[in-house]
Amino acid sequence: MWYLNLNFYMKTLEEGMAFVLLAMGVYITFRILDFADLTVEGSFPLGAAVAAKSIVSGLNPVLATIFAFLAGCIAGMITGIINTRLKIAGLLAGILTMTSLYSINLRIMGKSQISLFRKPRIFDGFERIFGSDYGTLISLIIIVFIVKILLDFFLHTEFGMSIRATGDNPVMIETLGINTDFIKIFGLALANGMVALSGALFAQYSSSADVQMGMGMIVVGLASVIIGEVFVRTSKIPFATSGVILGAVLYRFAIAVSLRLGFDATDLKIVTAVLVIIALGAPSLRRFLIQDEFAEKLLEEVDEDA
Amino acid sequence: MLKLENIHKVFNYGKVNVNHALNGVDLSLSEGDFLTIIGSNGAGKSTILNIVAGTYTPEIGRVVVDGKDVTRWPTHKRASFVGRVFQDPLRGTAAEMTIEENLSLAYMRGKRRGLKLGLNKKRRDEFRERLSWLGLGLEDRLEDPVKLLSGGQRQALTLLMATLGEPIILLLDEHTAALDPKTAEQIINITRRIVEKNKLTVLMVTHNMKQALEMGNRTIMMDKGKIILELQGEEREKMTIGELVKKFSEKSGQELTDDRVLLAKE
Repeated sequence: MWYLNLNFYMKTLEEGMAFVLLAMGVYITFRILDFADLTVEGSFPLGAAVAAKSIVSGLNPVLATIFAFLAGCIAGMITGIINTRLKIAGLLAGILTMTSLYSINLRIMGKSQISLFRKPRIFDGFERIFGSDYGTLISLIIIVFIVKILLDFFLHTEFGMSIRATGDNPVMIETLGINTDFIKIFGLALANGMVALSGALFAQYSSSADVQMGMGMIVVGLASVIIGEVFVRTSKIPFATSGVILGAVLYRFAIAVSLRLGFDATDLKIVTAVLVIIALGAPSLRRFLIQDEFAEKLLEEVDEDA
Repeated sequence: MLKLENIHKVFNYGKVNVNHALNGVDLSLSEGDFLTIIGSNGAGKSTILNIVAGTYTPEIGRVVVDGKDVTRWPTHKRASFVGRVFQDPLRGTAAEMTIEENLSLAYMRGKRRGLKLGLNKKRRDEFRERLSWLGLGLEDRLEDPVKLLSGGQRQALTLLMATLGEPIILLLDEHTAALDPKTAEQIINITRRIVEKNKLTVLMVTHNMKQALEMGNRTIMMDKGKIILELQGEEREKMTIGELVKKFSEKSGQELTDDRVLLAKE
């Protein structure tokens, strides 16, 4: 049986870890900056494209991955500038960047797909140390946790706190001397850098970069963040980012199990979307239900009084 | 210290609903002045505060602080010398962040924010001391998210934050109007103490005529974007609420009909 196979858990965990930084990026924009950023759909394949092209051109995979991060930062900056300087709505700003990135990604790769089969990868060094069975997973975990710890620390610095405050109450933080436009641009750059980093890791993990691989990534990121919040309900940063990691991994497991249970791979996107709708819509649904309950209770009390 | 010279602010210029919110306002405050501003709705009271804070830029006129022309400075650049408290207690604090984090944000008012941790023992001790000075027991709740506080507690915290980081001007925009009478009085007392302690120059908008005469040392009355009455010194001390209402009709050529102002007489 597949669920007794250790390999199934290893593979799914590895995939989950490759997607954690995508979820972390979405967490920064969606939860911290309160900005629904669709740039993600373009910056994920951008990271993959930059890393893949660099690696096949003979660049060191560590450097290639860092370049992918920087490329993602630039993509996020562009969305931020379109939004804050040109006053174009955030959602549209993200769509504009995402659309442009499709052309750019094709230009970078020169074709719609690059294979990284038997090419050097960022995991190689770890595999030499920990063996080829666990090397990939261990290296992914190390990268994810380094990023998490750096992010946790950063969000508690004076500068990081002003990013959180900008998402929480922009009017207030402006009266305390923060240029919220700059903060938004910076936050979007950081978030998309992480998303591109995730794209670079996933491309190396799956040995290919594809111009289509960004499709639905925003929903994947949102689903991960939301699943994480089911288990970790707090605004305390270190716990919240741990929740994001957990959410991204659990999401991968949910997908992997669904596939094994016979779900069609093409149907999974709608399943994920519905999941996100239910989770984000839950507060309104609950209010609606409670309202009825409340009315009933009130009626009873009124009857008793009468 | 603070000078407004011939300020004009027009909204929707060239449209049907054009609104001349400030129509040639001249105002000069010395250090330590506490000015209360009264007038009916739409008189331009809050617009004056927004001009000082940098939320709005006037079409004509200059804003001068300590000899510096700051007319074109954006809000975030003026933060180093202006602190502000809004009517809505929710607007002055970041709800999801803790009390100490909010204070730390205010502590760095107008300064460069770097990659140092926003909180350390020294700062926490200082925040605890300042909070206990408020007398609301908030010093034991440093790590509580602000959303758990009541409206009055949030407004007190906002006042404290608005005076952290050494601003020299404090703007109060009907900051007790959304509170129940007892809490409002508590906040007014804290306001008096905090202004005195920090030697601030204050502009306070209020609908409460009694408050307007009792607090501070100067009062202006506004109507249709203009200052129609200025009170200070002996004349102000002798002024009663009834007389003030009468003055309003005289100067503006209309009855004072704003319910909020009339109801707030006591």
